[in-house]
Amino acid sequence: MQTMGFLSYIRPVFAIYISCAVLALLAFGTTTEVSPKPATTKPPYKSTALGPINTVPKVFPEPEKTYLPLFTINYPRVQIPFEITLWVLLASFAKIGFHVYHKITIWVPETCLLIAIGLIVGAIMYSVHEQPPAVLTSSIFFLYMLPPIVLDSAYFMPTQAFFENMGTVLWFSIVGTLWNSIGVGISLYGVCQIQALGVQDINLQENLLFASIISAVDPVAVLTVFEDVNIHEQLYIVVFGESLFNDAVTVVLYNLFNHVAELPVVDATDVLLGVVRFFLVGIGGMLFGFVFGFVAAFTTRFTKKVREIEPLFIFMYSYLAYLLAELISISSIMAIVTCALTMKYYVEENVSQRSCTTIRHVIKMLGTVSETLIFFFLGVVTITTDHEWNWGYILFTLMFAQIWRSLGIVVLTQIINPFRTIPFNFKDQFGLAYGGLRGAITFALVYTLPDTIVQKKLFVTATIVIIIFTVFIQGVSIRPIIELMNVRKTNRNLGTINVEIHSRLMEHIIAGVEDLCGQWSHHSLKDKFMRFNNRYIRKILIRDDRPESSIVALYKKLELQNAMEVLDTISGDISAAPSLISLHEEKTSKSSSKPKKPFLASDLIAMHEILSKNMYKIRERTVSYTNKHALPNDSRAREILVRRHTSIRRSLRARSFQGSEAMRSQKYFSLPLGQSLDYRSAAERFCHNGDGDTAFELSSWSARPRSKQPRLSSSRTTRLDTLTEVHSVASVEDEVREEQRGPGPSHVSSSSTDSRPRAPHQRYGSSGKLSIVDSDAEAEEQQPVPPPSAWIPEPPDQGSSGPQNPLLRRAQWKPQDQ
Amino acid sequence: MGSSQSTSEEQDYQLLADRTGFSLEQIRILHKRFKHLTHDKDTLRREDFEDISDLTFNPIRSQIVEAFFDKRNFGHNEVGSVEEIGFEEFLTVMSHFRPTRQYLTEEERDKIRQDKLRFLFNMHDKDNDDTITLDEYRHVVEELLSSYPEIESETAKAIADAAMLEVASVTMGQMAPDELYEGITFEHFLKILKNVEIETKMHVRFLNVDTTTMNCVK
Repeated sequence: MQTMGFLSYIRPVFAIYISCAVLALLAFGTTTEVSPKPATTKPPYKSTALGPINTVPKVFPEPEKTYLPLFTINYPRVQIPFEITLWVLLASFAKIGFHVYHKITIWVPETCLLIAIGLIVGAIMYSVHEQPPAVLTSSIFFLYMLPPIVLDSAYFMPTQAFFENMGTVLWFSIVGTLWNSIGVGISLYGVCQIQALGVQDINLQENLLFASIISAVDPVAVLTVFEDVNIHEQLYIVVFGESLFNDAVTVVLYNLFNHVAELPVVDATDVLLGVVRFFLVGIGGMLFGFVFGFVAAFTTRFTKKVREIEPLFIFMYSYLAYLLAELISISSIMAIVTCALTMKYYVEENVSQRSCTTIRHVIKMLGTVSETLIFFFLGVVTITTDHEWNWGYILFTLMFAQIWRSLGIVVLTQIINPFRTIPFNFKDQFGLAYGGLRGAITFALVYTLPDTIVQKKLFVTATIVIIIFTVFIQGVSIRPIIELMNVRKTNRNLGTINVEIHSRLMEHIIAGVEDLCGQWSHHSLKDKFMRFNNRYIRKILIRDDRPESSIVALYKKLELQNAMEVLDTISGDISAAPSLISLHEEKTSKSSSKPKKPFLASDLIAMHEILSKNMYKIRERTVSYTNKHALPNDSRAREILVRRHTSIRRSLRARSFQGSEAMRSQKYFSLPLGQSLDYRSAAERFCHNGDGDTAFELSSWSARPRSKQPRLSSSRTTRLDTLTEVHSVASVEDEVREEQRGPGPSHVSSSSTDSRPRAPHQRYGSSGKLSIVDSDAEAEEQQPVPPPSAWIPEPPDQGSSGPQNPLLRRAQWKPQDQ
Repeated sequence: MGSSQSTSEEQDYQLLADRTGFSLEQIRILHKRFKHLTHDKDTLRREDFEDISDLTFNPIRSQIVEAFFDKRNFGHNEVGSVEEIGFEEFLTVMSHFRPTRQYLTEEERDKIRQDKLRFLFNMHDKDNDDTITLDEYRHVVEELLSSYPEIESETAKAIADAAMLEVASVTMGQMAPDELYEGITFEHFLKILKNVEIETKMHVRFLNVDTTTMNCVK
């Protein structure tokens, strides 16, 4: 135990060591390879230099040039991409390192670790007198590093929550940022008048510029914490949205003040023009984004034949929107954000699943790389550059930044609260204020300030101090504080179909009641938009338009899971097959060709272990809370399915059983462990057998695969793409089943999905209320019919002999899978 | 006459305000709306709802309308439905959608939850037998999905079945062997929706909200 702990401690250290080694290599490489640089560049240089001289005497006819160099080093040729690659690699290694020991990232935000690594790297570079590569220049930052970061946030914005809280988000991000910038700027200007500080040369414009830079919050770490503690949605989305939109505001202000800072005198007209421009730029960017978003969505309508390049359209259009907005100097961040928000919904329906995954991964990857690099760079720069340390100014900056932020939050909340259905309480406000970490963009902005700003160095230093202070102190402490304060939480685990139905229902009711009252709010507005969307926009933008309720979407998803779990039950080395077979062998009182296998406690434990390793968690429907650092894994379902397809062959032959772990996770459409409705019959069967101990588990296991049988075939009605191959088989089987079922009152089959004809279940009579259990009951009732021993020994051979056996379907899968 | 009428109206409003929890201003606005809907008559009939153009597209329109004529929602412990309702009933039904105050004790919250969920439950439970049967639930889901013409009713049924099964599996954890699941009772209804913060979701922001009730000063 202790050694384990020690080992796990050692591993991150080791990882960091590796990173350092790489870094050392880099540092060494750059230092040593820089020195040969003149040497390697010498020959051509020399030759050209010698050229004119040599032409005259021609005494030494090119003694060096005759030989082809066997080995040359041309470092300058590759220097920039080479160094960038190494940096990215190093930063990525660092990220691996953090996650080796996962507990680190729980208590210390990743950004802290990145900065820390950056500091170490910076220290090493400093000790070898190496300058950081000139990666971060203004144009590189704005053209290559900023777009991925913003696109990342925008694309993974939880859309629904955002639109529900749009007013608040925009209020906090726009007005809040303005408030901070102006407040901090003016306060700092006031402080600058103090003689003792010695910074009277910073004028108001520069102070405002600086203040606008440091008012951009970037609460990656906070969001991660919020996700972990399941903070309630409103607070989450406000922090998320604020971080996104105040980047836009900050950059607009930055450009504005940057321009103003160069003016010698600022008069009222300039101020007025500035205000007008502010709105022009923002709204212009938004419109631009809309246009591009729609064009992008429209384009993907036609990409069916060129699946490979589908993702490219997304990136290119977003980037194009960004660049064109930049070209005409409107807010490019606004453009890319709106573009991403607009197109996401439509694009994801048009493109294939793979493209969708690719899009998400690439966006996430680029965003993370960008951000990682900046943080890393921040650490390095902190060490390697000369700082201008002005205690007073820096401390005042820090203080004002905090004060104005808190003040702003309190004031703005008071104003917005009456307009909110769920007002922010004090704790929420604290969370908002305390979550105002400064991050990558702040640093990049200040670092790329033009050199004409006299006090740039001071600004850089102050910004670094603020970032490090907020990231390290607030970032580390926010988790315990939030947990201690017990901020309102929400349960995001709303994956059940009942909940989905009722939240839909509630939306409609509320929209209806609002209509009744003759007022409108975002519910009825949303209702109207959805109608408009379904009627017109979707028709234009989406290739095969099938408007789909979220209920159906969830249902399909659950069904897919269900189907996969059916496969699961018979996959691998363990499945429910033996118990199932033995069950209905008993019930039908037929002679079994296969002896029932008794389960021992040790077997059960083993099963548990294997299953818990193999089980996949149920995928959340709306991955609305996207971790900044991790992707929602949407492809999982398919992957499992594919995997199961292959494993099913093997498993059909193998006798195996099913652990209760799987049962517990199985809560849809079938009954969980020990809760089956047909519990009695199962138990009875076992009582016959006298196998009292295992009856419990067995019955639940057996309930599971049987209960899911109908679901497989029912997928036909809901057009579950992944399972289409089942259909032919299932329908054939269904027909056969229908024939074999013979007479009997079957109100159930009439009232339920036609694709899964029901056997009459007399126990429930015609009460109608009970037919909910029909999927279980029906499957169970059907069990007696098939000759039970038929399929197990040689599944493929059973195709003709026992078509009415629900299990046969699996047997018939086999040829298809092969 | 005008003055005396307005004072009696004021008293009525005050009475209604005490009973339903709406502010006077809200009641005034809702009364105006009520009169608009009824064309200046005293009672509201089902036909009057036809005129609300926005409501025609609501997939669960009929259920919403029915809820206004359901005696169970009037809070008098009566059952059955009525043909026409007065303003008081209208207001009582509306009061189910009042936003909650910010700071609530656990009991208050529970009470509000129960109240709101009861409203939903009654909406589903048409025959008032305190269970939502499968047929009733299917009806709900079908209505809900009726705005999507592409979705066949079979799908809706399948979804309702699945949902019902889910309820059964969640709620009837320790079912006796011979017990059968008859339908969703109110307790089960509470149970399956316990994760939904209904007290924060099911509310309408009535116009001219008195901000002091919403924004509890701390």
